[in-house]
Amino acid sequence: MTTKKTEKKSGKKNVKKRVLLQGNEAAALGALDAGVNFFAGYPITPSTEIAEIMATELPKRGGKFVQMEDEIASICTVIGGSLAGAKAMTATSGPGFSLMQEGIGFAKITETPCLIVNVQRGGPSTGLPTKPSQGDIMATRWGSHGDAPAIVLYPHTVKETYELAIRAVNLAEKYRTCVVLLLDEVIGHMSEAVTLPDVSKYRVVNRIKPNVPPEWYKHYDENQKYLSPVASYGEGYRFHVTGLVHDAYGFPTNNSNEAAIMMHRLKKKITFNIRDLVQIESFHMEEAEIAIFAAGIVARSAKQAVIKARKEGIKVGLIRPMTIWPFPDDAVRKMLKNVETVIVPELNQGQMIHEIERLAKDKDDGKIIKMQMVNGELITPTQILHKIKEVN
Amino acid sequence: MAKIPQKRIHKYLRHNKKFPHVWCPGCSNGIVLGAIIRAIDELKIERDDIAMVSGIGCSSRMPVYVDFNTLHSLHGRAIPFATGIKFFKPHMKVIVVTGDGDSTAIGGNHFIHAARRNIDITVVIVNNNIYGMTGGQYSPCTPHDDVATTMPYGNIDNTFDICKLAIGAGASFVGRTTAYHAIEAQQMIKKAVSHNGFSVVEVVSACPVIYGRLNKKGGAPEMMTEMKENSITLKGIDKLPADKKEGKIIRGIFIDEKRPEFNDKYQQLVDHLKEKK
Repeated sequence: MTTKKTEKKSGKKNVKKRVLLQGNEAAALGALDAGVNFFAGYPITPSTEIAEIMATELPKRGGKFVQMEDEIASICTVIGGSLAGAKAMTATSGPGFSLMQEGIGFAKITETPCLIVNVQRGGPSTGLPTKPSQGDIMATRWGSHGDAPAIVLYPHTVKETYELAIRAVNLAEKYRTCVVLLLDEVIGHMSEAVTLPDVSKYRVVNRIKPNVPPEWYKHYDENQKYLSPVASYGEGYRFHVTGLVHDAYGFPTNNSNEAAIMMHRLKKKITFNIRDLVQIESFHMEEAEIAIFAAGIVARSAKQAVIKARKEGIKVGLIRPMTIWPFPDDAVRKMLKNVETVIVPELNQGQMIHEIERLAKDKDDGKIIKMQMVNGELITPTQILHKIKEVN
Repeated sequence: MAKIPQKRIHKYLRHNKKFPHVWCPGCSNGIVLGAIIRAIDELKIERDDIAMVSGIGCSSRMPVYVDFNTLHSLHGRAIPFATGIKFFKPHMKVIVVTGDGDSTAIGGNHFIHAARRNIDITVVIVNNNIYGMTGGQYSPCTPHDDVATTMPYGNIDNTFDICKLAIGAGASFVGRTTAYHAIEAQQMIKKAVSHNGFSVVEVVSACPVIYGRLNKKGGAPEMMTEMKENSITLKGIDKLPADKKEGKIIRGIFIDEKRPEFNDKYQQLVDHLKEKK
């Protein structure tokens, strides 16, 4: 799966691997290193390489790979596997992500860990299958009916894809929910030379097994912290799981008190742990008068633009969230405090910009500047540099 | 006699948790659930090793009442959820309980593909010819000309023969019985659960409150009588003259073949790759 592999040994614990990796490979490799042992998926451009790697690697490791009849079946099989104790994932792109919506809601209400890698492509519907787009930013936040928070991670390099894949699996297990690793088509299909740190450097989160007698076991224990012991099917705890609103044991309920407890629980486990969930990069933001807010591949272009602009003496920096949902409100608000102008470049017709407008209400009119591209092309460093100079 | 069923009830039903049940008077779901439980009891399978998975609908409410590993999933998706459980824990016995609409309309694609895969899951389809939970809309199994709330002038649509569908898709065990033939259902489910491969048991059942009322079929006793009188065994149907075969419910095991099972083949692949190392 890797085309080039050289190993440098510098000390026992710090074995570094220099490899040429594609973003999709990095996502697969990161998931495997995080302990993923179950994959169910359906082919779709531009994510298919992830399924292909899993089909090759998982049987070798005694893990499970199955190609299902569609994406609905894929996400449901993933959740079934997870309920049986697997670290389970799937990978898809926009159209498949649309089909997975009901499964995403089910994973969230039943608090079943799973990972979805969504390698974004352009347009609504079949769209631009081989072109980049950041059209799914709000889909990953609000997708699936009903009302539940989301955890979505968004890398901007191949190496970070590997790292965030590990983190995404960990967060899914820790917070018992469906986590989305959102990739840009360009990152999924781009090959980069990457120095991968030793796997042992990364902490891998595993579910804690309950040790209470089965009759005491509550699958949704209201008194437990979020990383609470959780049973799997076939281990002596014959619990019930339903997509209906349920009580602490998992049994369906119409009781308004119990419904409120369950709904709040889904929200609180995210909002009370923002600091653990949020990762954000501040790039050359010292004394910045102009800030660029960008994620994924666009942040990559923005970085180049910032470096060039700084060389010309323009005080500009980049704010780059690696966790886009939950949105890093506090961190962004703080970073934007002393900034005059914010440029929000994105490969859609305005999604992330709504969050910035919400957080930067104090900015003067015309100081939140959009930069949007939806023709399947990337926003280049030069274009961003021009915009910087325009507003400077 | 009376003592044994009492014990079974205590062992298999979550009697102190989720009763009374949601089903209407005269519904066949209880009979089918009873047949499943007695089959499991006779097979002496540990409750810990059984996963009961359902979709959405009246019959899909079954899992919440029984003391197994239970999953009440999404409409039509019981089989993919069950596939996930069985694939990761092949030692478990995975039983899907579903209705005619759940399994052949919204879940039709999953149904045929699981059959093709021949994964060792037992699917018990409670066929009441209608969407009962939503109040009587026509399903792919509502007979032609019958009335449903969304076919108020009579059903112009054609029906699925669930068993033929399953056989055509590659299921290696397929049988049909009715809720009237409770013991036959129990024996058939027992065979299906023991079968290593995708097994389907269609239980033709009565929905007197919705389907029966809409189609003037009488109450539960009349519908049960119809199941008794209008059904015939596989052997019996051959002896009937052609003009009398029309409209009969054919009971029996249509197919029971030993074919390579999905998990077994996957394990062989894993073992083979290990050897190659």
